[in-house]
Amino acid sequence: MEILQLIVSGLANGCIYGLIALGFALIYKAAEQVNFAQGDLMMFGAFVALGLTNDSHLGLPFWVACIGAVTAMAVLGWLLERSVLRRVFGQSQIAVVILTIAFGFLLRIAAGLIWGHDPLTLESPIAGVNQHFGGLVLGLDELTVIAVTLVLTAILFGFFSRTKLGIAMQASSQNQLAAYYMGIPVKRIHGLTWALAGAIAAVAGILFASKGSIDPNTGLLGIKAFAAAVIGGFGSLPGALAGGLIVGLIEPFAARYVASGYSQIAPYAMLILVLLIRPHGLFAQIHAKKV
Amino acid sequence: MRTTFQTSYLQDVRLFPDVRRAIRYAALVALAAALPLVLDDFLLGEATNVLIWAVAGMGLMVLTGHAGQASLGHAAFLAVGCYANAILMERVDLPFVASFLAAGAITGLAGVLIAIPALRLHGIYLAIATLALSMLTEDIIVLAEPWTGGVTGLVAPDITIAGAQVDRYGSPDLFYWLCLVVALIVTLGYRNVLRTPLGRAFVAIRDSEISAQAMGVNVAVTKACAFGLSCMVTGWAGALMGHFIYTFNHEVFTVIISIQLLVMIVIGGLGSIQGAYWGALVLVGIPQVINIARDGAQAALGSSIVIPGIETGLFMAILILFILFEPRGIHGRLEKWKVYVELFPFCRRDMFRRQKSYLKTERMR
Amino acid sequence: MSLLDVDGVTVHFGGVTALERVSFTVEPGEIFAIVGPNGAGKSTLFNLISRFHEPEEGDVRFAGESLLRRAPSGIAGLGIARTFQNIELFEHSSVLQNLLVGRHTRRRASILAQILFTPAVRREEIAHRVAVERMIDFLDLQPHRDRIIAGLPYGIRKVVEVARALAIGPRMLLLDEPASGLSAEESRDMQFRIKDIRARMGVTVLMVEHDMGLVSAVSDRVLALADGRVLAIGTPSEVQSHPKVIEAYLGTEAAAP
Repeated sequence: MEILQLIVSGLANGCIYGLIALGFALIYKAAEQVNFAQGDLMMFGAFVALGLTNDSHLGLPFWVACIGAVTAMAVLGWLLERSVLRRVFGQSQIAVVILTIAFGFLLRIAAGLIWGHDPLTLESPIAGVNQHFGGLVLGLDELTVIAVTLVLTAILFGFFSRTKLGIAMQASSQNQLAAYYMGIPVKRIHGLTWALAGAIAAVAGILFASKGSIDPNTGLLGIKAFAAAVIGGFGSLPGALAGGLIVGLIEPFAARYVASGYSQIAPYAMLILVLLIRPHGLFAQIHAKKV
Repeated sequence: MRTTFQTSYLQDVRLFPDVRRAIRYAALVALAAALPLVLDDFLLGEATNVLIWAVAGMGLMVLTGHAGQASLGHAAFLAVGCYANAILMERVDLPFVASFLAAGAITGLAGVLIAIPALRLHGIYLAIATLALSMLTEDIIVLAEPWTGGVTGLVAPDITIAGAQVDRYGSPDLFYWLCLVVALIVTLGYRNVLRTPLGRAFVAIRDSEISAQAMGVNVAVTKACAFGLSCMVTGWAGALMGHFIYTFNHEVFTVIISIQLLVMIVIGGLGSIQGAYWGALVLVGIPQVINIARDGAQAALGSSIVIPGIETGLFMAILILFILFEPRGIHGRLEKWKVYVELFPFCRRDMFRRQKSYLKTERMR
Repeated sequence: MSLLDVDGVTVHFGGVTALERVSFTVEPGEIFAIVGPNGAGKSTLFNLISRFHEPEEGDVRFAGESLLRRAPSGIAGLGIARTFQNIELFEHSSVLQNLLVGRHTRRRASILAQILFTPAVRREEIAHRVAVERMIDFLDLQPHRDRIIAGLPYGIRKVVEVARALAIGPRMLLLDEPASGLSAEESRDMQFRIKDIRARMGVTVLMVEHDMGLVSAVSDRVLALADGRVLAIGTPSEVQSHPKVIEAYLGTEAAAP
């Protein structure tokens, strides 16, 4: 029973990582850019929702806040692509990595300035409600997180493998120039991708803030989610979710059965291990370059 | 434009292509050596800090700027150098010069050991693996408490060189000169590497691994060399840093430091030795500029403004501006200005236009 | 003894046959061309010699020694140099630096000596420089010596790549589509250069080329590949008039003079 409990809480945490990792994977899949600011986008999205709905702030209804936060983050993602990333179009991946790291720092400072540095909790209808299944206590928040994550992943997966736009997005990442010649509006697609990633970050943020408190440094969680995305294999959506779940499950078990100090280490040790065995993640899509 | 007429092949092989440049750098070194005579203790400390960061920057520059392997984990090697040096001095009772050299060797070895598995990783995956390494460092330092002092940390032992006590506080000028000597030696070695087959092999694997191989460059060995040299230099910087900050624990060498180091060399200008120095200057200079601005604001408004993390924020904002408008960093910008001035008024605007490039997938390797 | 002996090599990529029991030999001092439609396996053959691909069966011998025991970076040391179809130069270095990388296999100094830049290293560097300068003279690259590759026109880059390959001091030079993307004039220059390379340096040339005009002008023998199989080997005119070759890919058009 205790193991089951650990599994459920691990899964719920893992889903949050998975959602952030989904954002990484999405951008990588469609634009072949690596967005290190995804964790900070999530943090910022959570704060936007919190600012809209908490009584101490604007006090709007929860669902209005959700829609508001998702829209705001989608716009922010789009603006970010439009104003900054488009200018480094075609430059090396590392330039984008450093750029997004820097942007993450700026988001963190902005959040600190607007909402302060004390941990805050989102007033959400799913927080603190427990369901009892026999001896198992499941939080409604945990169940919601798991459900929302599964649905989102399924939708995105369907989008990329079934719809014309999704396939165009993938094509544009693999060879920008060729995609451009084929009449795919590469730049507009990149903007759209970043907007989508921003929206997903907001969803992840709202779910995360419903489970516990947030502060500007919550965004550092992104690094752990990043490990998850890589474990799953960059650019694979189910892989991102799987990676998130693996990381989410490893943590409580390492804390419970090894020592609490090791729960921090476990995800990164796992990451290094996976990279050594399969250098491109568990669900890799790598082919040899033609010369 | 000033053209150096070539009269022998030796000119390209020399350390400085012409006498003018040799004189200019000699003057710069003389000026740097004379700094303790002019600066007060606080500013001298900052100058020392610039030198230490420049050494660390050169360590990362050789790996990222020349060999093209991005590392987001170099704080780990700063830590190895710092702790190795302190432990060797304290426990083994080695004199500073010996422990310092050994610390570099140990860190270099650690770098090679890391490089062997990391050889299979490319570009972004290498950056991630090194990032993970940096995340682990903090915890490993805590876990290795018997050696590292864990959360309490260590205190840097006193340095004695040839009977003279070299102390950051007691004799800041001596400590500054020590750092200057280290920085000069590293710079000279770096410059030498760049004009020999090893340096060319670094650039070769950065620009095209496949044709580097066809030219007979062993990519694995070259990468391991780059890691080894880079980490050795970073280890030295770590050792100096330990003496500079005096006490250190697990909270000093965080992943933030790794990121800062990488950002620093990008601002300075990737692929140039000067870039490491420029970057260090910016990194150390920003808090000073902010302090001055804060004092000014306080005098003007009558109340103090405290924005947490403003130093990092400003640093990151500068980085964003550089990546957007001058990807070749401060060094690249200065080179362009130099050409502009020398050609004046014949410089055309599109002389420096960047070539449009399109990204092809890196999933195809 | 033949210089290069490709002996019954087979390569598959997934279910696709890239090469199927291909055999041929290249004699010392020969200019040997490989022709064939896209996907015939020409580049695969080059990559096999460069050790970027592993054959499933067969052997590749150079001067009697099997290449299969060598690492990709060990090929240049044997005296095999190559160029690439899509130009793989070191983009951010000068022409001179690119050519100096070609001298990599000739380096003698240890890493420590290089860091210290000992007098021996200095002498070695000057020797490399003299060798590279000969290539620059030979291929008329003097005006571009100190320019960065990224700013050079395509035609010049093609020549730089040949110069870099020659800087190795090879016994055999592999040219992967040396004339592709070149103007008619540049292509004619390339034709003379290839002949010069053999005449003045005594280097054996193995090349892949689409341009039949260039192939017939320079090569002694031609190998026609299609779908990973050898169709014909012989003099350019023999191969061009070979019925199987005409049928397979040159089409009826190419049969006309």
